[in-house]
Amino acid sequence: MLKFLNRDRLSYAVFFIAIAIIGLSVENYYYVQLLTFIGINTILALGLNMLMGYAGQISLGHAAFYGLGAYTTAVLTVHYGFSPWLALPCAILLSMLVAFLVGLPTLKLSGYYLGMGTLGFGMIVHIVFREWSSMTGGSSGFIGIPPLEIGPVSFSQIRNFFYLVWLTVLISFIVSKRLIHSRIGRALRAIHDSENAARAMGINTRNMKLEIFVFSAGLSALAGFFYAHLVSFISPGTFSFIVSIKIVTMVVIGGMASVWGSLLGASLLTMLPEWLHAFSEFEMVVYGLILMLVMVLLPQGLTRGLLDIYERTRSKKDQP
Amino acid sequence: MLQELLQYLFSGITNGAIYGVIAVGFSMLYSSTELINFAHGEFVMLGALGLVSLWGGLGIPLPVAFLLVVIGVAVVGFLFERLAIRTVRKPNPIVLVIITVGASIFLRGIGMLTWGKDAYSVPPFSDHDPIDLAGAKLLSQSIWIVGIALFFVILLHLFFKKTLTGKAMIACAISKKAAWLTGIPSERMVLLAFFLSTGMGAVAGIIIAPITMCSYDMGTMLGLKGFCAAMLGGLGSLWGSILGGFILGILESLGVGFFSSSMKDAIAFFLLLLILYVRPGGIIMAKDIKRF
Amino acid sequence: MMLSRLSKKLILLMTFLAVGGFIFACPAFTTETYKIGGIFSVTGPASFLGDPEKKSMEMMIDQINDAGGIDGHLLEGVIYDTEGDPQRSVNNVTKLINKDNVIAIVGPSRTPTTLAVIPFAERVQIPLISCAAGITIVDPVKKWVFKTAQNDALAVCSVYQHMKDNGIKKIGIITVTNAFGESGKNQLKQHAGDFGIEIVEEESFGAKDTDMTPQLTKIRKVQPDAIVCWGTNPGPAVVAKNIKQLEINMPLYQSHGVASPKFIELAGEAAEGIYLPTGKILVADLLPDTDPQKKILMEYQKNFEETYGQSVSGFGGYAYDAMMMLERALPGTNGDLKKLRDNIENIKGLVGISGTFNFTPEDHNGLAPDAFVMVKIENGTWKLVE
Repeated sequence: MLKFLNRDRLSYAVFFIAIAIIGLSVENYYYVQLLTFIGINTILALGLNMLMGYAGQISLGHAAFYGLGAYTTAVLTVHYGFSPWLALPCAILLSMLVAFLVGLPTLKLSGYYLGMGTLGFGMIVHIVFREWSSMTGGSSGFIGIPPLEIGPVSFSQIRNFFYLVWLTVLISFIVSKRLIHSRIGRALRAIHDSENAARAMGINTRNMKLEIFVFSAGLSALAGFFYAHLVSFISPGTFSFIVSIKIVTMVVIGGMASVWGSLLGASLLTMLPEWLHAFSEFEMVVYGLILMLVMVLLPQGLTRGLLDIYERTRSKKDQP
Repeated sequence: MLQELLQYLFSGITNGAIYGVIAVGFSMLYSSTELINFAHGEFVMLGALGLVSLWGGLGIPLPVAFLLVVIGVAVVGFLFERLAIRTVRKPNPIVLVIITVGASIFLRGIGMLTWGKDAYSVPPFSDHDPIDLAGAKLLSQSIWIVGIALFFVILLHLFFKKTLTGKAMIACAISKKAAWLTGIPSERMVLLAFFLSTGMGAVAGIIIAPITMCSYDMGTMLGLKGFCAAMLGGLGSLWGSILGGFILGILESLGVGFFSSSMKDAIAFFLLLLILYVRPGGIIMAKDIKRF
Repeated sequence: MMLSRLSKKLILLMTFLAVGGFIFACPAFTTETYKIGGIFSVTGPASFLGDPEKKSMEMMIDQINDAGGIDGHLLEGVIYDTEGDPQRSVNNVTKLINKDNVIAIVGPSRTPTTLAVIPFAERVQIPLISCAAGITIVDPVKKWVFKTAQNDALAVCSVYQHMKDNGIKKIGIITVTNAFGESGKNQLKQHAGDFGIEIVEEESFGAKDTDMTPQLTKIRKVQPDAIVCWGTNPGPAVVAKNIKQLEINMPLYQSHGVASPKFIELAGEAAEGIYLPTGKILVADLLPDTDPQKKILMEYQKNFEETYGQSVSGFGGYAYDAMMMLERALPGTNGDLKKLRDNIENIKGLVGISGTFNFTPEDHNGLAPDAFVMVKIENGTWKLVE
């Protein structure tokens, strides 16, 4: 019994209950919507965290996959009359296919050169979104993406969308954790520590990196799918270089190599601008300062950092 | 045809020189700290707007304003290293990178508060008519830009090759510990690298100010282009950075000239990727010493 | 041991819960005041629009309150910054509706942000008066959405009419690669035939580009009769400078996107001789006294310049007009949204900054083609072109 209730499963259960409680108790639509955006960003950050935190490969172009997911579902549902639920696998598969093709040559690069390679890819995709206006609506954006529906349940009701997104977050967490604890996960951590040593141990590092890159792109596309159907409008600006950097920031601020870190990072970076409204003109200055301060004070990220603080206070208490 | 081609080249070389100077800043910092400073574009912005205020606003003579701005911005870079970068315990490169991202937003905010949201322009350094070469117009400011860019790069080259401090910096770049063992104050060298790198950023901002419009948000794009140029040339290589800058600038303007102006960035980035695939360490990639 | 690890996880979850708890509970109460929401891109790339819009809206609210409010209700403005970002605009709109309980929303400033928030305003049925220009905002007509900015098509037609009168047949266009430039490009292409004009070269530039000489060289090669540049500051100023530097002697037409004194300041000498369409605000003092807008324009200009100590641009007028509509539509509604909407739709002959508004159920922009005038820049100032 106790074995069945291992800590992962217990935390999932607590997480599930937390979703239910928040979903039932938060009255104001504004907060429900904000929490839904946090969920979408968590999926996004989780995708990149798998790549950066576990495999140690940086990507400065992840907004491209986010955008591919959003634009694919938008084009398929509006121009070709697909049901969104049919467009979802198409969006994810297309994003994964692109990741595979791009990853093949790009993942041979390492360190900042990999950053540069993914950045260039992200820029190109962004320009395609902007210039292919017959398909994507160009800079003015793509309007009229239909809301999600399952039978009688309409997800244009933001509360329903909240449950949908957060249950997806939970499933993504479980899948990611599974992956991390599998043979692939162990191999990835070996690559993270030393790629040469990993190769010497007989790990096919190229395939492993490619697999996680593709997985990560799939998660980003999933986030893009949700974004498109929640806002029902997309424009290239939402998937620009700045956004790629923001996703990286979420991962690092939250804590690399931690699925819960993605959650914390995404929460902080989504909430911060809303909290900082009061600063009006000073918002940017304060925002920048907070980013710097968090990193200076908690260089391991929020997850590790908060745990450290917790442990320190506890050990103090233990000493009489 | 020749007229157009020349005009594209002039434009490409002018922009390329600016990208090159920005790239040198990236590259120099990388070789001593293994850090990519995402706030570098914001130092370019500070340089440009600093010139707007000192030369355009207060009417301080250009050479004096030039020096004051470069030193002023370098001091900001110095403070940045001291207050933000140095204070991190157990630094991990990616954490430092995120700190520079925070710094870039912070500096942009400061820029907006100081100079407002509007753009500014300053006149060219000298008031000569454009030079006519086979019908193509070469601006006097372009000559200034390329000249000043090369001047500073040569200066840096001499600094690294001929002076003791410069050699000490190279030593630090190759191995911090070994340099420290031979008695080189490596921490001070890092500080110096920040000082020089942000100073170069200011130089780029100053020389670009007359040909474009300066505003608090001009840095992001320039920083990005400079970063690409540095990667293209080979991180850590002085001449590689300049070369990368020229290649990027010329690719862009030829992309406009012979393909499409809306796709010019896509063309430039596509070729960049191809070059990186062929030479995954940049064009100039020293075999054993990847640094200056 | 296991328990302690468990509690660590729990701590994390509690943090998350605390975040959730911290942000929810916030009491919503209604007072005697009418709350009006404003969402403008006060910072970010379109701050040249959002900043004067915010100021104009605040100024108008103060004016109305000084005059005793509407039906005894004072107005309260709740203004948020979108930074020109669709996601933040959507959050802002939801916040205005659900947390601030506003009765009408003015803004957003840009076309993409407006398009993003329209479904959210339509869903809860709240009047939204956008300050953006894009024609897709009111075409097709959305029941709850109005806009005050002139359609780009009007500006394009003013330019083309002037060209036709001056015998210009072939043009080269250079547009910025954002929503404003794209809309301009589409309108330019769409209406060219109506005026017997042919677009012989199409170029574009990035909003942050530093040098446009390659594009202009390419345009020069095909020798058009004139060049049209469609963008917002500072890019078009660089275009103007580059044209001068390349010694291209062709008439240059700019868009209303640069219609502010800032443009002349930025382009300096290179601004001389440029034609552009603009709302009448820039040339208010040059208008004949018979112009119905003259009075309100002079008044707005005086108030704005006195209150904020900066020169007026046409952009703040979009929010000012929106507030004038609310001032006209609010009395007698007692805060009822449906009545308010109907009143806005019935507005006729409202003389505002951007023109005279006549709304109908089919037209939620309501401006006549005379909303624009053509001006020429001469000796560092605007001159009305007949």
